[in-house]
Amino acid sequence: MNYKRWFTDYAPMILIWLGLVLLFGILSDNFVTSRTLATLASQVPPLAIIACGMTLVLIIAGIDLSVGSTLALASAMLGVALVDWEFPLILAIVVAVITGGLTGLFNGAISVYLRIPSFIVTLGTLEIARGLAYLATDSQTKYLGVALEPMARPLPGLGVPISFLIAVVVIIIGQFILTRTTYGRYLIAIGTNESAVRLAGVPTARKKISVFAITGLLTGLAAVFFTSRLGSADPNAGVGMELSAIAAVVIGGTSLMGGRGSIINSFIGVLIIATLGAGLAQIGASEPSKRVVTGLVIVLAVTIDALRGGFFQKLKMRFKTGTL
Amino acid sequence: MSEPLPSVLTVNRLNKAYNVPVLKDFDFDLRKGEVHALIGSNGAGKSTFAKILTGLTPRNSGEILFQGTPFKPSNKQEASAAGINMVLQELNVIPTLTVGENLFLHTLPHHKGIIARKELHQLSKQALTRLGLNELNPDQLADTLGVGQQQLVEIAGALAQNSSILILDEPTAALTGPEIERLFENIQRLREEGVAMIYISHRMDEIFRIADRVTVLRDGHRINTHDTDGVSMDTLVHEMAGDELAERHPHLEIQHRGPGLTVKNLTAKPAVNDVSFSVQKGEILGIAGLIGAGRTETLRAIFGADPKQSGTVFIGDETTPLSISSPTDAVKAGIGLIPEDRKQDGLLLNKSVSLNTTLSTLERFSKSGLIDHRKEFDATVATTDKLELKYDSVEQSVDELSGGNQQKVVMGRWLLCDSPVLLFDEPTRGIDVAAKETIYNALDQLAREGKTLVVVSSDLLELMSISHRILVMSAGKIAGEFTPDDWSQEAITAAAFSEYISTHERAQ
Repeated sequence: MNYKRWFTDYAPMILIWLGLVLLFGILSDNFVTSRTLATLASQVPPLAIIACGMTLVLIIAGIDLSVGSTLALASAMLGVALVDWEFPLILAIVVAVITGGLTGLFNGAISVYLRIPSFIVTLGTLEIARGLAYLATDSQTKYLGVALEPMARPLPGLGVPISFLIAVVVIIIGQFILTRTTYGRYLIAIGTNESAVRLAGVPTARKKISVFAITGLLTGLAAVFFTSRLGSADPNAGVGMELSAIAAVVIGGTSLMGGRGSIINSFIGVLIIATLGAGLAQIGASEPSKRVVTGLVIVLAVTIDALRGGFFQKLKMRFKTGTL
Repeated sequence: MSEPLPSVLTVNRLNKAYNVPVLKDFDFDLRKGEVHALIGSNGAGKSTFAKILTGLTPRNSGEILFQGTPFKPSNKQEASAAGINMVLQELNVIPTLTVGENLFLHTLPHHKGIIARKELHQLSKQALTRLGLNELNPDQLADTLGVGQQQLVEIAGALAQNSSILILDEPTAALTGPEIERLFENIQRLREEGVAMIYISHRMDEIFRIADRVTVLRDGHRINTHDTDGVSMDTLVHEMAGDELAERHPHLEIQHRGPGLTVKNLTAKPAVNDVSFSVQKGEILGIAGLIGAGRTETLRAIFGADPKQSGTVFIGDETTPLSISSPTDAVKAGIGLIPEDRKQDGLLLNKSVSLNTTLSTLERFSKSGLIDHRKEFDATVATTDKLELKYDSVEQSVDELSGGNQQKVVMGRWLLCDSPVLLFDEPTRGIDVAAKETIYNALDQLAREGKTLVVVSSDLLELMSISHRILVMSAGKIAGEFTPDDWSQEAITAAAFSEYISTHERAQ
């Protein structure tokens, strides 16, 4: 990866984010403070980790609408394991992550082997997992006490919790897998033209299923951090989170048509959404107007991306061929 | 026909090129109330002519006079309003709408936007009766009809537009014997009403039965126009085939090195019917035939891309048949396919040259799952240089390359794979002459290295210049086998048409 490439790939997104931070810093006296940033750092890990999986799903031209409910189910299982089964913490975390992984595996296997669009399968799972979360918790919020609290507490000296560090590590590993491994290469290829990949002799079924399974595992991990922040397992957790995740990924320039995407940019997309939310709250914007602005930013981001593919590409071609 | 009827359509020096010229100074005239057949081998320009007439594609130059005035439709609606309609080979019936709605899709009778059901029913009934389709209820859903009936509904739809010219492109492809009879009765009736018809078909017996005149197209040129009464089948085949001699490519001494690929009793319904052949190592086997004869489907079935009902495939001296149920199996066994539609099935268009080239061999340029970009780069450069591929960098996306260079990228993929058996489907379609030459050289080189090559092409001269042997497919069967000693364009063309000669046999 050369510097030029790094610059063109990530710099625009980072600049937009820094611009937002700067804007709110000017509009509000106490936005750029360690307290606001610490709050952001403890808020973003669940969404960032889910967005990592969602990026992979969109890259293979699929979609996963079930992540919000899966998060609730994994959170519920974490609570059940800790409180009802009295599992040690580490084992309970494993239970949550595996719960997410199995849900993802279900999504992938049904959609690939039965050739059902992932939109439909995961729409079903959205309901199934939510229902299971209620059943597992008896529709009650399970209070978990202090067991998970350390994960949400800022680390001394760093100002960010361990969950944030883990999220960053997940993002970096994800981006590395996407750009440097054969697996990542195949995912991009499948999303670009699955028929050509198949005719090149590359098997696609298991790779596609694994993407959904990985997204499930990551959602399970996200559930652990989400739960640790609240200190309780709530079956209502994560409602609408699938849409936030898709929004962040799309703001990051990943194509809904598949074949193109960047996990790091998805992460910056998460930061942009979170900053926007926190910043608008600080300057006293009402909840409805926050939603209007966030929605506009999503549309704007996608429009710019569409122009980048169409208009700017044409401009580049005309420049190249000397007809400009 | 004593007195020639007046012309409704006169075409002068019509030219059309996509990447290569398709119609060259094409002249044509159509008289009121005649059935004028248009015949020619694949790519002769028949469909392009029909598309220009119906406004689906613009011409480059030339004049079309329709009822004496210049005619230049810019879309299908305009042509249709003027009275020129076409029935396409593929079905365009919308299965979820009723027969009546399909018939009058663009001109649905309505009152303030609400469909006038009664009026539609009556109009539809009239249109159907005109075609003798009295048994059809205009209110039944189109998908309750058989394929043949759907085709007839489509024809009824075209007729309901008050056409003065009707173009029929392979209208009997989906019809059975009795349905064909009914279609012919209707063509007869229309002729009496003064409708002029252009009838495009491979099926010579049909042409002799219903056409008044027949025009032969070859390579975009009008070769001749005959009264059907006064011409023989041999003459037509001869004119379609031409007497141009294929220029032999150099290095064509056959270097047999034992069996390469053997295919036994391959059947993949409905396109491939009990096909058997074998190819030697170092041999280039050409497969000729008309479009729809099952050539592409044969390659795809061998490669595991489509399911097959029966048939075995052997490589080399092996006596146990390969078990191929997916392209992955085929590639593992040593078979590569260069598909017909390289944009749809071959390339990842907005991805780089190197990604496309190493797609099948990526594992070779990686260690425990990590791609070695240096190795990948070197291999890409080595392979593409061998094929004289022109590009700015291996990072360039392939959609910026010309058709010829794109094809070389797909070929490069299989060169890297080192597959002993390579199946080429129309490897030079839409490619300029210079790039064709390097592809021929590459084929030659591969054969001399002892690879087994099968090449499907619709360009007979090309096949005759590069192949050691040519098989001809016709209607899903092997209809002939030729060696350089006994082949001619005429003989191969005759074989390609042979299984289509009798409609009645086919209907049984």
